[in-house]
Amino acid sequence: MMKDTYILGIETSCDETAVAIVKNGREIISNVVASQIESHKRFGGVVPEIASRHHVEQITLVLEEAIAESKLDWDDIDAISVTEGPGLVGALLIGVNAAKALAFAKSKPLVGVHHIAGHIYANRLEEEFQFPLLALIVSGGHTELVLMKEHGSYEVIGETRDDAAGEAYDKVARMLNLPYPGGPHIDRLAAEGEVTIDFPRAWLEDDSFDFSFSGLKSAVINKIHNAKQKGIELKQEDIAASFQASVIDVLATKTVKAAKQHNVKQVIVAGGVAANRGLRAELEAKFSETDIPLLIPPLKLCTDNAAMIAAAGTINFEQGKRSGMDLNANPSLILR
Amino acid sequence: MYILAIDTSNQALGVALVKDNEIVGELVTNIAKNHSVRLMPAIEHLMKEVDVKPEELSKVVVAKGPGSYTGVRIGLTTAKTLAWSLGIPVVGVSSLEVLAYRAKLSNNLICPFFDARRGLVYTGLYENNHEKLVLVKEERNTLFADWLDKLSALSKPIVFLSPDIQKNKEIITEKLGSNAVIPEMTYHIPKPSDLALAAQDKEIDETHMLTPNYLRLAEAEANWLKTQKDMQNG
Ligand SMILES: [Zn+2]
Repeated sequence: MMKDTYILGIETSCDETAVAIVKNGREIISNVVASQIESHKRFGGVVPEIASRHHVEQITLVLEEAIAESKLDWDDIDAISVTEGPGLVGALLIGVNAAKALAFAKSKPLVGVHHIAGHIYANRLEEEFQFPLLALIVSGGHTELVLMKEHGSYEVIGETRDDAAGEAYDKVARMLNLPYPGGPHIDRLAAEGEVTIDFPRAWLEDDSFDFSFSGLKSAVINKIHNAKQKGIELKQEDIAASFQASVIDVLATKTVKAAKQHNVKQVIVAGGVAANRGLRAELEAKFSETDIPLLIPPLKLCTDNAAMIAAAGTINFEQGKRSGMDLNANPSLILR
Repeated sequence: MYILAIDTSNQALGVALVKDNEIVGELVTNIAKNHSVRLMPAIEHLMKEVDVKPEELSKVVVAKGPGSYTGVRIGLTTAKTLAWSLGIPVVGVSSLEVLAYRAKLSNNLICPFFDARRGLVYTGLYENNHEKLVLVKEERNTLFADWLDKLSALSKPIVFLSPDIQKNKEIITEKLGSNAVIPEMTYHIPKPSDLALAAQDKEIDETHMLTPNYLRLAEAEANWLKTQKDMQNG
């Protein structure tokens, strides 16, 4: 019988201090997330220096809780995995240095993990992967289509050329005076509004799976400004619905096209924006017309957590990938 | 059992191992290179060299700032995680106090300082009182010129210690004249073995509660507090 593999994961790339333990890459044993969102709300966004300060205050507490919750001994843990990038450098550094200290103190292998690989592997905590698969990653920092032919292999076939989808959400939310983080508020308003404005959709070249959201963002801002100048009252709900319709149309259409072109067996949606109800509904509708299964993780696995890092770390560990004690935080780490 | 001392709070990276009042090993580099990349390899190297295993550590001591925010956090995160995972105590010591130890033999007042940019410094005033270093003017983040005026008013000889001494020599002697005591270069780099020594009579910190000694609010927080105040005052 194969021995079970237990991997501890640490994630501190943005404003969540998180530690988790995952069994065999698929089963969550413990999963602790300390969110800083309440602290950053007053600033209207994540302040990197404040995020780093909170991480150093939280890290050992979160580690302790995750170990206690797991009821495991250190002997059971096979390796320490940690997000090495991308993300906020000062924030990443806390996780990386904690992971190194832990690996050294307990003589465990150290395994660096790409944050986006983590988001993709969050899905494996729900359902086993079938290759080739296509992953759509949408978050505050990312909009990417990634093709995976096997475990641990990532081919970025499309990415944003300017803003990430989540960034566009945050900026539009600010224009509408919605509190931070704006994404969920737009999603909620959009559900109450109607698509009355025909905002542009950036399809780019015919054969491209890349994205662009800066034009859309400017179009929304101009529309609001012009309406104000002319004294026209635009319904917030309708702006939200029209903006969201444009984002979702492009995301869903390109994802379906890429999935068909690459004959994938599964499509995975990952990242914070995967929690968006409008996006989920549109993707579900479009993929129901195909025979390609669509996987979207439950809400708490969409947002940043460490279970996803441990899940992705398990694959790296099994494939013999190791990091040294000189592991550094890399804010612009490339997925490959 | 061994005490591990860690200092990454400023440019110098220092690691020391101390056993029963004996320095077993010490490693110091003073170059502008990434502490995050180099700290754990330095600890690993030193411990291997003197044949000490992590389980043989009985305490971790760390310089908790002031200094580079990032550097301070790298040291603290490493120290806290080592202490927590090994189940041993951790003690945080002010980086200024560690530096002041370099002049502990002096009977004069001791002023350690670190450059904090835009004419500001992190500093404090120490004195050797019955073999113990005591803080006589509290640590602060202040304009160096104002601070020197205050020190000058004391009309006493003061030893100045700082990794940034070269570029500040002139203003110090200008303000304090013959009361300015500036030793040679070997005295201006904090030593991690001094850090271990400084921690000896200090109370143990609660590992989870040990936080950096920034001496300064994050800029965003300072601005936020200011607007809150302005709003209250109408
Ligand atoms: Zn993320």
